[in-house]
Amino acid sequence: MDTAFSSEDLKFQSDVRQFISNNYPKELKDSIGTKRKTGKELSREDLMSWHKILGKHNGWSAPGWPKQYGGAEFSPTQKYIFEQECARAECQYIMPFGVNMVGPVIYTFGNDEQKAKHLPGILSGDVFWCQGYSEPGSGSDLASLKTSAVKEGDHYVVNGQKTWTTLAQHADWIFCLVRTNPDAEKPQQGISFLLIDMKTPGITVRPIKLMDGSHEVNETWFDNVKVPVENLIGQENMGWTYAKFLLAHERSGIAGVARSKKALERIKQIASAEMSYGEPLIQDPAFKSKIANAELELSSLEYTELRTLAKDSAGKGPGPESSLLKIKGTDIQQMVTELAMEAVGYYANPHLGTTLSNEYVGPDYATNLSGSYFNFRKASIYGGSNEIQRNIIAKMVLGL
Amino acid sequence: MNFDYTEEQTLLENMVTSFVRDDYDWDTRCSIVKTEEGWKEENWKKFAELGLLGVPFEEDHGGLGGEATDIMIVMEQFGKGLVVEPYMPSIILAGGLISKLGSADQKNSIIPEIISGNRRYVFAYAEPQSRFDLFDVKCTANLDGDNYIINGFKSVVFGAGMATHLIISARTDGDQRSKSGITLFLVDIKSDGITLQNYPTIDEYRASEVVIENLSVSKENILGELGNSYEAIEEQVDLSTIAICSEAVGILQVLKDSTNDYCKNRKQFGQPISANQAIQHRLVDMMIEYEQAKSILYMAITADLSNPDERRKAASAAKARIGKAIKFVGENAIQLHGGMGVVDEYMISHFFKRATMIGILFGNVDFHMKRYIDLTQSNIQSINEDDGINLS
Repeated sequence: MDTAFSSEDLKFQSDVRQFISNNYPKELKDSIGTKRKTGKELSREDLMSWHKILGKHNGWSAPGWPKQYGGAEFSPTQKYIFEQECARAECQYIMPFGVNMVGPVIYTFGNDEQKAKHLPGILSGDVFWCQGYSEPGSGSDLASLKTSAVKEGDHYVVNGQKTWTTLAQHADWIFCLVRTNPDAEKPQQGISFLLIDMKTPGITVRPIKLMDGSHEVNETWFDNVKVPVENLIGQENMGWTYAKFLLAHERSGIAGVARSKKALERIKQIASAEMSYGEPLIQDPAFKSKIANAELELSSLEYTELRTLAKDSAGKGPGPESSLLKIKGTDIQQMVTELAMEAVGYYANPHLGTTLSNEYVGPDYATNLSGSYFNFRKASIYGGSNEIQRNIIAKMVLGL
Repeated sequence: MNFDYTEEQTLLENMVTSFVRDDYDWDTRCSIVKTEEGWKEENWKKFAELGLLGVPFEEDHGGLGGEATDIMIVMEQFGKGLVVEPYMPSIILAGGLISKLGSADQKNSIIPEIISGNRRYVFAYAEPQSRFDLFDVKCTANLDGDNYIINGFKSVVFGAGMATHLIISARTDGDQRSKSGITLFLVDIKSDGITLQNYPTIDEYRASEVVIENLSVSKENILGELGNSYEAIEEQVDLSTIAICSEAVGILQVLKDSTNDYCKNRKQFGQPISANQAIQHRLVDMMIEYEQAKSILYMAITADLSNPDERRKAASAAKARIGKAIKFVGENAIQLHGGMGVVDEYMISHFFKRATMIGILFGNVDFHMKRYIDLTQSNIQSINEDDGINLS
């Protein structure tokens, strides 16, 4: 057993740390600071500025992509270190829709024209992608989706509704699962994978406001939207295969250990400033116990992730155990957001940055912590609900 | 970065695995725990032949010079067989104290005897009032000429009935709960002044109440410095705690796998009960708890155990987290076995009982949570406005 990183890996770690410290944009830091204090949402520029910087540096915006497509082609350990360092420095997330989701589908199943057309924009961060999977009637049972694509000459005509399209308000393109064969024997067999330009006439995006007031997700409507046939990925009716491939990619890094660790540190700081029973909250035995509990869960998960990483590095994974990382990772995120809300007492109440008020009250650190708690109920639901993840483990790991 | 065993470690694992499979099958184990002695001395000889008794000892004394990983390998496999021979109490805990504190003479004369299987020391530390506090020692040792006279009562001493010798903690100075003034004495278990009351434990191991009355021990048989043993006791108990966490992980694997198999085979309403999602998800949660338990054990094994604070933290983190896993996996294993879970005849309840008693040994979840908290959260931290809590 050897949990130490190799000297090359340590060198890489220090390079990443150095790069972040030299290049992470101050404006973005300020915007995130403002978001924290006021609840103001990030603009498209803010969401993409760090991505664009990484895109100009040896393909670092796409850590897992092969070099031939302009990616960094990091080893599993390098990917892990890269994520750790970005979390440590509280860097803005790289939007996953292009880099982690549709990108690998395009370079694995797409043709040369599609690769040439789409990969550079994903890599550079100039093109913003969103995901058209879920529909109002198709959540966990994704294969039951109804949005139809009917071939008419050199294009498909798409009709239907997608939902939970994250950040579609910023998106230039959407990748969609559509039904091309309604008569297929199994629902999975009649699905195709289409790339659709969001500027195409007939597409309407309507915001869905979440319970914390945020606008992250949308409904996306398709009304006789004409999509050129060259935007079909791979073969018609084979979309389900590509969708499953994508889901496997989506789960890398899903445990979010480094970010949760950072958040726990922050909670300890808040709990040092907050008072309870005349003493700093951090001295309160009940609160301390909850923090310790979260830390132990996190330590365990960290080593589960490292074990998966070691397996992956030896070319043996990751398999369905990534479902475990999703379940526990999101459990912990929810535990942590709850603790943060709890730490600030009454100041969990003010809902700042809304259209109703521009007043800012309470300590800066308290702003929107209840919002995060409410917002993060999503974590055990998205990306395949934690119940679906359990179904996957039951079938694929336990053979039930 | 890897969690692989070395070639030697793989050989060690294979050796212990084959011992459990060939010499310690379930029926054999059941017959051993029903004997009056409650263990099989022949097995101890076999351990000596296989070199297992030397795993943690220095090579200078004929040991294998094994580390935490090697001990984990042995204990995990012993856990899978519910091996009742007193390996942890004698080799890891008492053996560890002798290695740590013994004088050159003591080590040269005692350790080879332990490795050959001729002597078994166990450590008598707990007292009725001490609960899990290793420094809470009422038992006294008073100097009388060249000898110390020891009086006191030691409770639930595991493996004492199988031991040839005891290590006794006694107070040579200080108050009942003072960390200084605790001295260790090496004594022959047959000495006048030692009375054992042997009994079986609920998980079919053996323990003893040890009454010590005017036990006379010469100064040469002090282990370590006079009145200065607490830190070594704490250290060896931490390392033993990690060892029993390894045993627990082995047991949890059996609980989880056996329950999985049982649910696939048990048919009700015309189908295996594992076809029910309520049961599937429970089995998945048991698997997750097992994996998390194993992960925190790996965290402890790979921590810098030579650093006292790291060692304390690692032992308490592992014991607290694994204690929770024991309860979850154990109780659900019984539940999903239905009636078969609650009978003595079927093996699952025995694994549950052993795991539960490990949960208490050297401190339960609450004890180790508190210790972990005291080690990690005493500091007030200042707010650094550059640090965000930006989870989204």
